[in-house]
Amino acid sequence: MAMAQVVRSEWTKIRSVASTVWTLSLAVVVTIALGMLISALSKSEYDNMSAQDRLSFDPTFTSFAGTSLGQLAMIVFGVLVVANEYSTGMIRTSLAAVPQRGAFLFGKIAVATLLALVVGMATSFAAFFLGQAMLGDLKASLGDPGVLRAVFGGGLYMTLIAMFSMGVAAMLRSPMLSLGILMPFFFLISSILGAVDATQKVGRFLPDQAGSKIMQVVPPVGDDTPYGPWGGLGIMVLWVVAALIGGYVVLKRRDA
Amino acid sequence: MIELEGLTKRYGEKVAVNNLTFAVRPGIITGFLGPNGAGKSTTMRMVLGLDRPTAGDVRIDGKHYDELKDPLKYIGALLDAKAVHGGRSAYHHLLCLAQANGIPAKRVHEVLDVVGLTAVAKKKAKGFSLGMGQRLGIAAALLGDPRILMFDEPVNGLDPEGIHWIRNLMKALAAQGRTVFVSSHLMSEMALTADHLVVIGQGRLLADTSMADFIAQNSRSYVRVRTPQREQLLDVLHEAGITVAGSGSEVLEVEGDKSERIGELAAQHRIVLHELSPQQASLEEAFMRLTAESVEYHAHGGQPAGQQGAQQEWGAEWRRG
Repeated sequence: MAMAQVVRSEWTKIRSVASTVWTLSLAVVVTIALGMLISALSKSEYDNMSAQDRLSFDPTFTSFAGTSLGQLAMIVFGVLVVANEYSTGMIRTSLAAVPQRGAFLFGKIAVATLLALVVGMATSFAAFFLGQAMLGDLKASLGDPGVLRAVFGGGLYMTLIAMFSMGVAAMLRSPMLSLGILMPFFFLISSILGAVDATQKVGRFLPDQAGSKIMQVVPPVGDDTPYGPWGGLGIMVLWVVAALIGGYVVLKRRDA
Repeated sequence: MIELEGLTKRYGEKVAVNNLTFAVRPGIITGFLGPNGAGKSTTMRMVLGLDRPTAGDVRIDGKHYDELKDPLKYIGALLDAKAVHGGRSAYHHLLCLAQANGIPAKRVHEVLDVVGLTAVAKKKAKGFSLGMGQRLGIAAALLGDPRILMFDEPVNGLDPEGIHWIRNLMKALAAQGRTVFVSSHLMSEMALTADHLVVIGQGRLLADTSMADFIAQNSRSYVRVRTPQREQLLDVLHEAGITVAGSGSEVLEVEGDKSERIGELAAQHRIVLHELSPQQASLEEAFMRLTAESVEYHAHGGQPAGQQGAQQEWGAEWRRG
């Protein structure tokens, strides 16, 4: 009963601020548009590709190319949902209304996660179908082995990225600090680590690299990743759980 | 009823609230008075469970804050008018608080009406003036129709009309039998509204008394006499059995309201008086004496220049009221 009240309250909160609309629409538009663009470019480049590249060409994964940029909007969404409570001072009003801090935090995260899941799934399916439309005769279909899993996984990936950001924001309690750490982390550091052989083995256990494995249908040639698509998503889930526990502990212990 | 028992909050070495024990009773307005930085807001945050006490305990109707089911129905608080998401409308701000405590949405319209924000209910809170923000905070406090209300410096930044409104609102709430706990750093404000007074300085309890007792004990009246014939007047007063409380080179202070008698005595003995004026020590002065230690601590000794002005201003207001 009390939890239902918290969820209703958090739903009112999330739907009554503009940042929810613009972050989520940006995530949808960027992911789909960039995916379509890369798919169209890949189609025109396909004839010039080496035999090896053609062998590992993954039409499904190609249509998700926009995720790398679209996920940044998801990060902003996750960060703002939690950290705006702190930056505005609303947290004191919120905790006076719901002094059970665990119920407050997880009620909020549940509502934001559900919204991210709906938007993430819709985005993933739209990015797939529109991307495949750009690929013409190279296209994959939803019935091909592993494709439905990848498309479904794309929606889960977007949701988990948002959840991870919520946990980090609950730990750091500041939108600027949270974005200042998460943005470069996901946009730069992760890909830099992945680019160099020595650090690649570490880099692939980072949440985004492990999690994005679920969107792959055709593995790259010579792929020696020690986990499969679901294993990778599992690693990402562990990161998310750790971030949420960290956020909960900080909220529970510190003065508001 | 709010009960504090040995409530203490330390931030590292600094003690913000030091072993506070007092109770806030229903049906009256209890003023919570102390200079800036005395620990009033920290105490109020601990009442709401926002800050954890280092030691001691605070209970609302016998329970800890987080044990209250739908706490807004027990206690409503205005701590910081800026504790609002500026991008949310006044209506949605109140609605999300109402929903969290199972309060029907029609109550949101009611409190918006009470505080006079109905016309701007759909406007974003970031466009609100300080006074409107204060009203929104009060609307949130009233939302659950609670038996206990707590306001931290509610008149800060308000125009005279707003101040008048808040004073009347608090009096009306107390008259309905509710517990009203209101903080201020101005004795003048408390003298006008509070029935009971809790004074703290540097986190320590300095006084816990009824307003009437505080006034009786602290509003000393005396007569100030200035004369070039000081010794002669002293003799005359002594003969008449009038005790002189304090005296300088030309100035005498006589306890009580005896200006007429002193004037007659002086005339009889042909003593020249340059001044004969009844005086009233202000409550603000009494408050300042009480908290002098903590003020001196912050100001590194000596009386800050601003205090003299505040006394004058207050005295004038009190006499009018």
